[in-house]
Amino acid sequence: MGFMKHFKHLFGNDWGVHPEDHKRPAADQPVRVMPLPARLYLPLQQHLGGPARPAVLVGQQVKKGELIAEAQGAVSAPIHAPTSGTIVAVTEITAPHPSGLSLPAIIIEPDGLDEWTELNACADPFALDPADIGKRVAAAGVVGLGGAAFPAAVKLSGAKRSSVTTLVMNGGECEPYLSCDDRQMRDSAAGIVDGIRIMLHATGAAKALVGIEDNKPEAIAAMRAAAASFSNVEICPVPARYPMGSEKQLIQALTGKEVPADGLAFDIGVLVHNVGTALAVRAAIREGKPLISRLVTVNGQCMANPGNIEVRIGTLAEEVIAFAGGLKGEGLGLARRVMGGPMMGMQIPHWRVPVVKGTSGILAFDAAEVAAQAPDPCIRCGSCVKACPMGLLPLEMSARIRVEAYDEAIGLGLKDCIACGCCAYVCPSKIPLVQYFVHAKGELAAQGRAKLRNDATKKLAQQRQDRLAREAREKAEAAAKRKAEREAAAAAKAAAEASGQTQGQTQGQTQGEAA
Amino acid sequence: MIAAILSLTVLGAVLGIILGVANKFLQVEGNPVVEEVLAMMPGSNCGQCGFPGCAGAAEAIVDGSAAPTCCPPGGKALASAIAARLGLTVDLSALGDDGPKIAVVSEELCIGCCRCSKVCPTDAIIGAAKQVHNVFREACTGCSSCIEKCPTEALVMKPVPITLQHWVMPRPLTA
Repeated sequence: MGFMKHFKHLFGNDWGVHPEDHKRPAADQPVRVMPLPARLYLPLQQHLGGPARPAVLVGQQVKKGELIAEAQGAVSAPIHAPTSGTIVAVTEITAPHPSGLSLPAIIIEPDGLDEWTELNACADPFALDPADIGKRVAAAGVVGLGGAAFPAAVKLSGAKRSSVTTLVMNGGECEPYLSCDDRQMRDSAAGIVDGIRIMLHATGAAKALVGIEDNKPEAIAAMRAAAASFSNVEICPVPARYPMGSEKQLIQALTGKEVPADGLAFDIGVLVHNVGTALAVRAAIREGKPLISRLVTVNGQCMANPGNIEVRIGTLAEEVIAFAGGLKGEGLGLARRVMGGPMMGMQIPHWRVPVVKGTSGILAFDAAEVAAQAPDPCIRCGSCVKACPMGLLPLEMSARIRVEAYDEAIGLGLKDCIACGCCAYVCPSKIPLVQYFVHAKGELAAQGRAKLRNDATKKLAQQRQDRLAREAREKAEAAAKRKAEREAAAAAKAAAEASGQTQGQTQGQTQGEAA
Repeated sequence: MIAAILSLTVLGAVLGIILGVANKFLQVEGNPVVEEVLAMMPGSNCGQCGFPGCAGAAEAIVDGSAAPTCCPPGGKALASAIAARLGLTVDLSALGDDGPKIAVVSEELCIGCCRCSKVCPTDAIIGAAKQVHNVFREACTGCSSCIEKCPTEALVMKPVPITLQHWVMPRPLTA
């Protein structure tokens, strides 16, 4: 079968796009550690799932690593103080989100001492019970650091339950411009491999496959050296192609298995984690340290001094950029601000939004990089079909969504769309295809919520009618009962009177007789 | 010629009689489509559509005198479901222009008279006599029947706030 791979493009296995990666020179710069900012802004929702609930009061003193908001619900993550200081407010701030809406956040003013709270470290993680590892990871607030920010502990304990056999570690970092995973693999390969081994212990998986794109030779070499003495951790270079770092695509490239539509990676015995998450898991278990900082790539043509920076969670993007060296020409050429990667990241309204657990990059693009252009009509060239990594028909789906025929779009596989943006990237007419799909998914979710609400309303209205009917019946019954009692009382009284009269008469008679 | 006219006339007359008889004996009580549409509707009989209740609105929608979009609590989901059932095309963009609204109590004005809670079709208002009342955001359908009952104007309709959980990416501009 070996020679067949030369003909793969004939069989439609030619998905994805090859954008210029722009990873260097940022990736080759040593990591800079950012000092404490003036204030830290910690949103209560930095992860997928339920928002955290504040566990501190305004004015309270907290130590570095102290719990400030606890997890709420089955899928959630707690938040910890990134440094020691005072809670100055719990209020609404602008979310790192394209909508520009606000979300509740805890604001901390650092005291400059940066004093750790008491940590629950563990010298030998392999002696721990797997369930205990899950609990410690959950308590440390570790989430997926690749961008989606799904709580890591939920995946670890889920993997244990559904007997996962393979752990796929995502070091693909296929998004252009980003290099934080690359940098971590170069600098802390031993730590990542240790984290992977802890995850293997926690999930009971037999082996770990680390997928790294072949445009990162230094990271591959460093990881190979670190994993050399562990037979169950295998480093697998994969071809550089976007979206290789997407869960389903990476699983297929490494294991040859395909995740079913409407299914999860668990269903085929695979669990996927980011390499950065492995490092956070290691810190949580070995040192007991919660997730309070992360590596952020600062990049884009407008950035004066691109590179990777170790940032406390909650630092404003504005301050990160200022520390990194500011914007070229005081930001006059700035055309777009993005948090995350250029393909799937979020356009943000201004720089006064905080770095959260899922922020992998802060990108400042100039007009040439954005290349904004008004869309032209579809010429039905089929470029998007060839690029789609999920094998869908983006041109057909977008035509349906344009006329709001969402059901037909679902029939064409809208729910399988991973919103990677390949279709919009290759479109020669510059049609914002992926925006259509994201819009349609949001609209369908909103319709689903409206339907649920409608059903709930119907139930409430029915319950009210039942209640009113019951109350009327009870009232009528009570009235009938009272009436019966009244009649019975009247009858008894009448009877008593009658007997009293006869008694009175007899008494009178006896009295009369006595007299 | 005469034979053809005669035979067609007789045929027409016979078929007409059969149809007339069938119409008398096989007549269906009520319209089953109306009942189907009624089952889809919220059933709170709030009256925002301008009809006496959900049954009236269902009848009007089926006979075409009202649009499928006439039910504000049902929203887009209901409108598209009804349109799909009746084979109509509807302009959903006309719906929700000013967004859904819900009733909100101003605590400083409420005197706890309980008049609002008695008329709420979904029991969305909580509060005892002489206590400040409140509205369950999740249960309020925005029918505003409580508004006119309030003697102190403590109840007002306010738009449902858009949160990050409810935000939908706007549709891109078409080419």
